[in-house]
Amino acid sequence: MSDMIETPVSDASDTGGETTRMNMIQAINSAMDIMMERDPDVIVMGEDVGYFGGVFRATAGLQAKHGKTRVFDTPITECGIIGVAVGMGAYGLRPVPEIQFADYIYPALDQLVSEAARLRYRSAGEFTSPITVRSPFGGGIFGGQTHSQSPEGLFTHMSGIKTVIPSTPYDAKGLLIAAIEDNDPTLFFEPKRIYNGPFDGYWDRPSQNWSKHPAGEVPTGYYKIELGKAKIVREGQALTILAYGTMVHVCTAVVAEAGIDAEIVDLRTLVPLDIETIEASVKKTGRCMIVHEATRTSGFGAELSAIVQERCFYHLEAPIERVTGFDTPYPHSLEWAYFPGPVRIGEALKKIMKDA
Amino acid sequence: MTMASEHPRANLQPLTLHIPEPKFRPGDAVDFAEVDVPPAGEARRPDTADKASDFTDLAYTLVRVLDDDGNAVGPWDPKLSPDVLRRMLRSMALLRAFDERMFRAQRQGKTSFYMKALGEEAVAVAAAYALDYEDMCFPSYRQQGLLIARGWSLVDMMNQIYSNTADRLGGKQLPIMYSVKEAGFFSISGNLTTQYPQAVGWAMASAAKGDTRIAATWCGEGSTAEGDFHSACTFAAVYRAPVIFNVVNNQWAISSFSGFAGAEATTFAARAVGYGIAGLRVDGNDALAVYAATQWAAERARTNQGPTLIEHFTYRAEGHSTSDDPGQYRSEGEPNAWPLGDPIKRLKDHLIAIGEWDDARHAAQDKELAEQVKAAQKEAEKNGILGHGLHQPLESLFDGVFEELPWHLKEQRQQMLDEESASGRPWDRKA
Ligand SMILES: Cc1ncc(C[n+]2csc(CCOP(=O)(O)OP(=O)(O)O)c2C)c(N)n1
Ligand SMILES: [Mg+2]
Repeated sequence: MSDMIETPVSDASDTGGETTRMNMIQAINSAMDIMMERDPDVIVMGEDVGYFGGVFRATAGLQAKHGKTRVFDTPITECGIIGVAVGMGAYGLRPVPEIQFADYIYPALDQLVSEAARLRYRSAGEFTSPITVRSPFGGGIFGGQTHSQSPEGLFTHMSGIKTVIPSTPYDAKGLLIAAIEDNDPTLFFEPKRIYNGPFDGYWDRPSQNWSKHPAGEVPTGYYKIELGKAKIVREGQALTILAYGTMVHVCTAVVAEAGIDAEIVDLRTLVPLDIETIEASVKKTGRCMIVHEATRTSGFGAELSAIVQERCFYHLEAPIERVTGFDTPYPHSLEWAYFPGPVRIGEALKKIMKDA
Repeated sequence: MTMASEHPRANLQPLTLHIPEPKFRPGDAVDFAEVDVPPAGEARRPDTADKASDFTDLAYTLVRVLDDDGNAVGPWDPKLSPDVLRRMLRSMALLRAFDERMFRAQRQGKTSFYMKALGEEAVAVAAAYALDYEDMCFPSYRQQGLLIARGWSLVDMMNQIYSNTADRLGGKQLPIMYSVKEAGFFSISGNLTTQYPQAVGWAMASAAKGDTRIAATWCGEGSTAEGDFHSACTFAAVYRAPVIFNVVNNQWAISSFSGFAGAEATTFAARAVGYGIAGLRVDGNDALAVYAATQWAAERARTNQGPTLIEHFTYRAEGHSTSDDPGQYRSEGEPNAWPLGDPIKRLKDHLIAIGEWDDARHAAQDKELAEQVKAAQKEAEKNGILGHGLHQPLESLFDGVFEELPWHLKEQRQQMLDEESASGRPWDRKA
């Protein structure tokens, strides 16, 4: 695996100071903790996030440290959570609401789409929604259809809302800090399958943890990773793979196994998209494969495919490949048949490299 | 931001934000003296034809039938035959034995997830006895007692829990998210409270068709916060839908106490008052009270008096699910200190008090039920357990997305099969 530690973005003088080992949950926790220290307007709320510290422990210790009026449990109403966050944002706070699982975000859709995403536009900037909605997403934990979904494509389709998806503890912390500081509404989807360690797609192999991964080394202080900037996690010449979240790690493992000199681009932010990095990479390699766990039809891969075709058509040496989850609900026992794992990615690699 | 102190309105009283806090946290000694438990037999029983606005007091008290000595007292006593009482007791005990065994199966790695109804057995079981078998139930994930009371096959339930070859849901759903149309048991959703408006819709359809069947639905107290709960109440009130709303107030929603659903301010039964529908607050650990309230609400529904909301005041004696440890957020002393006791013991004591049961028979029954569950488990495990590989044919992944597969799903199905044969490495764990 290539070196995943990166130099912090140029606009930030803060590099985060000394580093320590963190898993993704600890990194996310640290980002909220630091932002609450730096900005008294940052508040955290959601189902079970207060005293208990969240069902994934992402907010553990925050209530004890920052107080009950800044970190609190909410009634079980996602519509209410987001609507209240929008109202708090209108007052001038900077709420970081949690939706316990992305599968439960749908009751909040109206508040997200018609309100948070539209407030700046419809009030000519009088009111804004500087909210960051955190939510664990993605499958691979035998969670069945209501603990596994990847709904990011619903939101990238909605104008006025940003979508961020980290793939390492280091990125999760820096991106979350940037999202919280951002004055527009941001969805921050956390790939729960890799909370504790990277995942190579072989679900029957022993799980790894972040302690052995370079990007599990995380600065304890403040740093941010600019939204809208992708990261090349592996440089290569043979083809470009566009991925995000868990699939970055699966692709990395598959490419290593196949011995293909792929360039792997971790998008990190879906909206706004880092088009320069994508374009430069595809023009260099002449091949583009897009990988996401979400269902295929109208998924974010469709947008990526269109945009690559529009901008890199004359450089393409093979049709763009999309590797995705199938267009089914997320199953329980057949989870690994749904999941775009090493086999599906491997077959697509063969196909796209056929005439190389 | 401007701080309040620098604000021109600084001479006015500063506001404060109220954040609810439960009485007890880990390590605290528990004393439920403040929980108001009116004596059994005290609540009045209105005529089922009375107007909802004439008995709003019943939304703020507790309908109780069984007193501390095991006697059934007051106007709500359903006066059930000893035989029905014994059957109800048996169903509750069977539910507890089933939960115990399946919880353990999850701990042994045989499946991915389980949820118990420990301490709440009366809520689902007594309701099932009071409803007609043909009435339609829209449960949450904690009403497995409905299936057990309706005599549904334990093996069939376990097959679902194991996602095995005989799983009627084809391994598609998380364990315990049963669906048993035959037993009037609607497909359980993982998304909270969605079943509430659906129950109203079913009931409205039944009424529109001149049918005689009614609907009943259940959700936890935490789930009453969802918008679906309120949409359901509004529809039910507007159309006088023949539906029974059950709110299982077991005090906890994962780690959040009932105060985060509004319990500091009023009761859950009181939600009914605002919507103008009948509301009852019931001792949920008193099987006779649950039975009587359900029977009363069913009669209202059957006579076109409209919906009833029943709050079942109970206590979640176990963790939320196999995924949590309640010791992290509440006092370990709570389950035993809960003033309404153990619903099984209370019904058992009543049967003993009326001379229709004894400790020896009870112990023998517990043993017999444990054996019955064990035997069912053995039978179910012949069809496989989740932990031992995956039991459904690969292509079944696509079954049920639509009635008929459109071209793109057919293509994806073929792609999946081709990939698997090309790989030479079946995805199954047996590889
Ligand atoms: C829409 C939605 N939001 C959140 C969740 C996560 N969740 C599952 S159970 C639960 C607590 C529900 O508590 P309550 O309604 O009191 O029912 P109980 O578990 O006590 O039976 C939560 C928050 C969910 N399943 N669906
Ligand atoms: Mg509850």
